[in-house]
Amino acid sequence: MTPEEEREFIRRRKSRNLVVAGTLLFFVILFYAITIVRIGEGG
Amino acid sequence: MDTAATPTSPTGAPFSGAALPAEWRDFFTLTKPRVMTLVIFTAICGVLAAPGSINPVLAFTAILAIAMGAGGSAVLNMWWEADLDKGMKRTMNRPLPAGRMRREDARDFGVFLSGVSVVLMGLAIGWLAAALLLGAIIYYAVIYTMWLKPRTPQNIVIGGGAGAFPPLIGWVAVTGEITAMPLLLFAIIFFWTPPHFWALALFVQSDYAKVGIPMLPVVAGEKVTRRQILAYTLVLAPIAIAPWYIGGTGWIYGSVAVVLSALFVLLAVPVGTRTRAAEGDRMLPEKQLFKFSIVYLFVLFAALVADRVAAYQGWLA
Repeated sequence: MTPEEEREFIRRRKSRNLVVAGTLLFFVILFYAITIVRIGEGG
Repeated sequence: MDTAATPTSPTGAPFSGAALPAEWRDFFTLTKPRVMTLVIFTAICGVLAAPGSINPVLAFTAILAIAMGAGGSAVLNMWWEADLDKGMKRTMNRPLPAGRMRREDARDFGVFLSGVSVVLMGLAIGWLAAALLLGAIIYYAVIYTMWLKPRTPQNIVIGGGAGAFPPLIGWVAVTGEITAMPLLLFAIIFFWTPPHFWALALFVQSDYAKVGIPMLPVVAGEKVTRRQILAYTLVLAPIAIAPWYIGGTGWIYGSVAVVLSALFVLLAVPVGTRTRAAEGDRMLPEKQLFKFSIVYLFVLFAALVADRVAAYQGWLA
């Protein structure tokens, strides 16, 4: 890999990791909210 | 789901010949976000129009699961058709045919997204809605994409069935049962799809013939396609009015459905009966019908929601 390709490689990997982290955080919050609602409903 | 080759070689040499990882935007593109807007819209309409109440968090989750399922099946569609997409101008720049992503990554992403959507729907909402979602994914990704699309010129009719699932699933997510009303919503989109798509196919040159997909205008000719547009529109009109006729909706939806369906038929008659005058024909009736068909579906479903919300809130009493 050329230095330019290496920089691009790292940039893409970083942006993908951020999207995955954001998605995981979103689902943690969503499952927490679903659990609270379900418990509140008695289900 | 890793799209990158190992960034270091077994000998430790950095990045020797390694492919660049796909951009996250390419994964997003695989889910066909433009198609998903219609899926989300009709799913929201199904949730809002259904009788009964649902917690907003669960309503959001149901719509999210439907969107994820639609996205997952779209990814599987793009994975399966990557070679066909390479041969068509409209699709050759998609992530797979353009070589920006490995095929097996797209397949894994599609299976993962589809699986998560069904489990999420089952755990948060209920297993009937989850079963319908699974059925919709299999219907689109396997029955339509892999089996019937390359084999029959009625592929658009069959594909329309996949697009018809979201309001049905949204409704069932609220009520937990399948009744006449959600089945009618399914039927409306099912019979709306052929005139909508074939009107477009008449005035847009596609490359489907080049890659061996038997689209109706190519296989059966323009005259048959025009007749079919008119036939499906004539079936659609009474089905669109049926929710009001059977007492499932009030006058707001009924009046909108009657006016819109009458206009749809009025615009479909010249398309169905005329023959193209010459090479320079600008195909105005076909373009008008296509544009109107989009307005038709959005306004019809918006009217359904307005009608039902007004009824449940007691504003019509």
